[in-house]
Amino acid sequence: MGRYVIRRLLQMIPVFIGATLLIFLMVNVMGDPIAGLCGDRQCDPATAAQLRKEFGLDKPVWQQYLTYMGNVFTGDLGTAFNGQQVTELMADSWPITARLTLIAILIELVVGITLGVVTGLRRGRPVDTGVLLATLVVISIPTFVTGLLLQLLLGVKWGWIKPAVSTDAEFSELLVPGLVLASLSLAYVTRLTRTSIAENRRADYIRTAIAKGVPRRRVVVRHLLRNSLIPVVTFIGTDIGALMGGAIVTERIFNIHGVGYQLYQGILRQNTQTVVGFVTVLVLVFLVANLLVDLLYAVLDPRIRYV
Amino acid sequence: MSEHGPAGGVPEDSAMAPTGMGGAMDLAAEEGASLEKRPGPDGTGPEAKPRSLWSDAWRDLRRNPVFLISALIILFLVVISLWPSLIASRDPLDCDLANAQKGSAPGHPFGFDGQGCDVYTRTVYGARASVTVGVCATLGVALLGSVLGGLAGFFGGFWDAILSRVTDIFFAIPVVLGGLVLLSVVTSSTVWPVIGFIVLLGWPQISRIARGAVITAKQNDYVQAARALGASNSRMLLRHITPNAVAPVIVVATIALGTYIALEATLSYLGVGLKPPTVSWGIDISSASQIIRTAPHALLWPAGALAITVLAFIMLGDAVRDALDPKLR
Amino acid sequence: MLLEVRDLQVQFRMREGISRAVNGVSYAVDKGETLAVLGESGSGKSVTAQAVMGILDSPPGRITGGEILFQGENLLTMPEKKRRTVRGAQMAMIFQDALSSLNPVLSVGDQLGEMFVVHRGMSKKDARARAVELMDRVRIPAAKERVRQYPHQFSGGMRQRIMIAMALALEPALIIADEPTTALDVTVQAQVMELLAELQRELRMGLILITHDLGVVADVADRIAVMYAGRIVESAPVHDIYRAPAHPYTKGLLESIPRLDQKGQELYAIKGLPPNLMHIPPGCAFHPRCPRAQEVCVREEPPLHRVSAGRGSACHFWKETLDDAAR
Repeated sequence: MGRYVIRRLLQMIPVFIGATLLIFLMVNVMGDPIAGLCGDRQCDPATAAQLRKEFGLDKPVWQQYLTYMGNVFTGDLGTAFNGQQVTELMADSWPITARLTLIAILIELVVGITLGVVTGLRRGRPVDTGVLLATLVVISIPTFVTGLLLQLLLGVKWGWIKPAVSTDAEFSELLVPGLVLASLSLAYVTRLTRTSIAENRRADYIRTAIAKGVPRRRVVVRHLLRNSLIPVVTFIGTDIGALMGGAIVTERIFNIHGVGYQLYQGILRQNTQTVVGFVTVLVLVFLVANLLVDLLYAVLDPRIRYV
Repeated sequence: MSEHGPAGGVPEDSAMAPTGMGGAMDLAAEEGASLEKRPGPDGTGPEAKPRSLWSDAWRDLRRNPVFLISALIILFLVVISLWPSLIASRDPLDCDLANAQKGSAPGHPFGFDGQGCDVYTRTVYGARASVTVGVCATLGVALLGSVLGGLAGFFGGFWDAILSRVTDIFFAIPVVLGGLVLLSVVTSSTVWPVIGFIVLLGWPQISRIARGAVITAKQNDYVQAARALGASNSRMLLRHITPNAVAPVIVVATIALGTYIALEATLSYLGVGLKPPTVSWGIDISSASQIIRTAPHALLWPAGALAITVLAFIMLGDAVRDALDPKLR
Repeated sequence: MLLEVRDLQVQFRMREGISRAVNGVSYAVDKGETLAVLGESGSGKSVTAQAVMGILDSPPGRITGGEILFQGENLLTMPEKKRRTVRGAQMAMIFQDALSSLNPVLSVGDQLGEMFVVHRGMSKKDARARAVELMDRVRIPAAKERVRQYPHQFSGGMRQRIMIAMALALEPALIIADEPTTALDVTVQAQVMELLAELQRELRMGLILITHDLGVVADVADRIAVMYAGRIVESAPVHDIYRAPAHPYTKGLLESIPRLDQKGQELYAIKGLPPNLMHIPPGCAFHPRCPRAQEVCVREEPPLHRVSAGRGSACHFWKETLDDAAR
């Protein structure tokens, strides 16, 4: 197990370097980071040259990348052009996005698995068909449309929620945005659980459990669910990275000042350091989440041996 | 059923998906993976199998109402994106601010948007951008992805390992984020930068599917036999492996087409996708979201059109998968 | 009588039609008695057992007639809640493939202990202690350590012992063993069968042994019921059948066992295929494959003729078959 973790950590290194390098190149090659600084007017060449020197932008890109990575490992993610430390920006925005993501995952788990179990046990009945159609509709409507519609209905028409989230981004304010963020994955968790339950409920060990006189409820929870959740957990784990990225759209709709918001602002203002800094952390979170899922996999399924 | 462990990372059938197209692409990956496990032919000879698979699939499809409905919707979309003036006589760019945000009026069934443009006309004309992006991006992704994935799967070894790592890297970057970074500096208002971007970030998904399908096909007995008889690599790829690997790619690509249309709209909503004067549902939804309190109709019509389009392609992909997957028969 | 099945009928309703899996089966088992139920796959032997246990896949399976009396009570009219307390505690079942029949993600200790938790309300800890005792009893070495392990970590024979331990946990009055040794190596088969027979004698349980292996039957069974197309075609004490079968199908089964004293001779095989349960042949269901079939066999379904005390044969020509065999 220990050796497996080390091997996986080593495997993560090239992916981490590749992904950050890719973003670094995208940001630096595609845009002119200085252009954003002078606002709408053309930069004065002398100022531009000085700024370039100050931020080390006059050096070749590969050297910039190496310097940057060197700094990352000492905990320095750079300085935004307005002088604010990127780490500071993160300290403000990460907790909000983490809260939002957590809500989304909880919704996926609780609602998705419940719906999946209910439909998986009643395959072909009206409940099943209804939920299946609903998931298809959710999958077909892009998340930003779902978000805008919910904002319109719940926020504007019925006044159940405030259409925009305050800067504190309290837990209760994030419930609807969390639902929007979760919606697509929720549909997938439901379908995945449904398929898995429907497949496993004919399994021999379920027949054994019934023959043992185990009550129906216990058969479902202890025998059926435990086996059926293995693919679902994998999905949710890999989904964490996707959720954090999807936060860009959700946070824009509900005006939440989280990671997605900072990234969006950073990109529009061509604020290289902010963008690369946030992406570096996002990639790390994604990789770690995947590793954790692999390990959780082994807890759920004792048949897995790490080689 | 013993060591199906995560030795090689996350199991293929739960392939991690980039953000944005996220879930939808996962569905595609998941379905594609199940197709890969399709059992090989049972000694009916190399030529008989693909032909009967396709004709069986076609016979199934013709009788499937889901397929017929989604195919009709798609046919309709293609026709109006080629000739929008067939059902909309006005010019989508002919707007009068005096009409801004007004509700439906005679000759303007869907009302007007924030710029006083006719929502009906713009919704009809918006189909062109979505269909163009969807079709072109899917063709590009399918071509690039299946060639790279297919070759890697066929030859294996060093380049295969490299390709796997590269796809891992691409999967670690959220798609919407990549779109924001790459497209924010583009000033062109045509559809091509968006298509290019989707191809650039979408190919790893198809390449995984194609790689898996080729590896499965390679292990079929008759392919092994052909190899033993001295068939050349190119002959094996063209005659024996491609026909078997094409089905999963088609299924995943059809479902992906719908998600690419949604992705284009999402990017346009974020302000980095298509740009005016191109008429696109994403742009219209984005500008309508500013006036959502006063003129929700300006948002609902293009959003509805977008959702139906995406749904049609996903249902088509579902139907094609059911028809091509003999396991479900 | 411990268990009496009377005129049981089971159908499976499929899209393609109705499959008549069990068509009026009657048999009985007493305390300490072993009844072997013999037949090809699809003869209805497993479906009958599942109906007795109350674990029929339903839908599509449906019991359409008959009664199942267990210790004098009709199980089919019993409320499900009460029925559940009978299942596992008073009658238990051993399945063919222990690997797929044990839950792969729960330790064997948890699965054995569950019997005590569910039926006796024991704590998890006490149940675990009982699980170790049970494993000792079926002679699994190092039970104390192995109780934490998972099914895939055991060998096939050991897994089947765990299945047996689980069935015996609450010392039920009746055990149904559905091909308990088919999936095992030949050398292990004998050990497992011996263990099962020994424990059955010790606890004076009734045992229904479902099998298609006549070799196993000769050693352990008291009575044999031979099934074909959802019916019992011959039912007799074990020695009578081996001495002289009274039904051509039984005869065919016996002759298809390879025997050392007939080395070099061609092995006998019953011609044809088992019937399609959706279209069972009229009259005697066996007639298309029967060497002795006459016109009457197509027309009339033979009743279970009384051959001697405790012996019956559903063949119009049972006398001739018996005489033939005696010669």
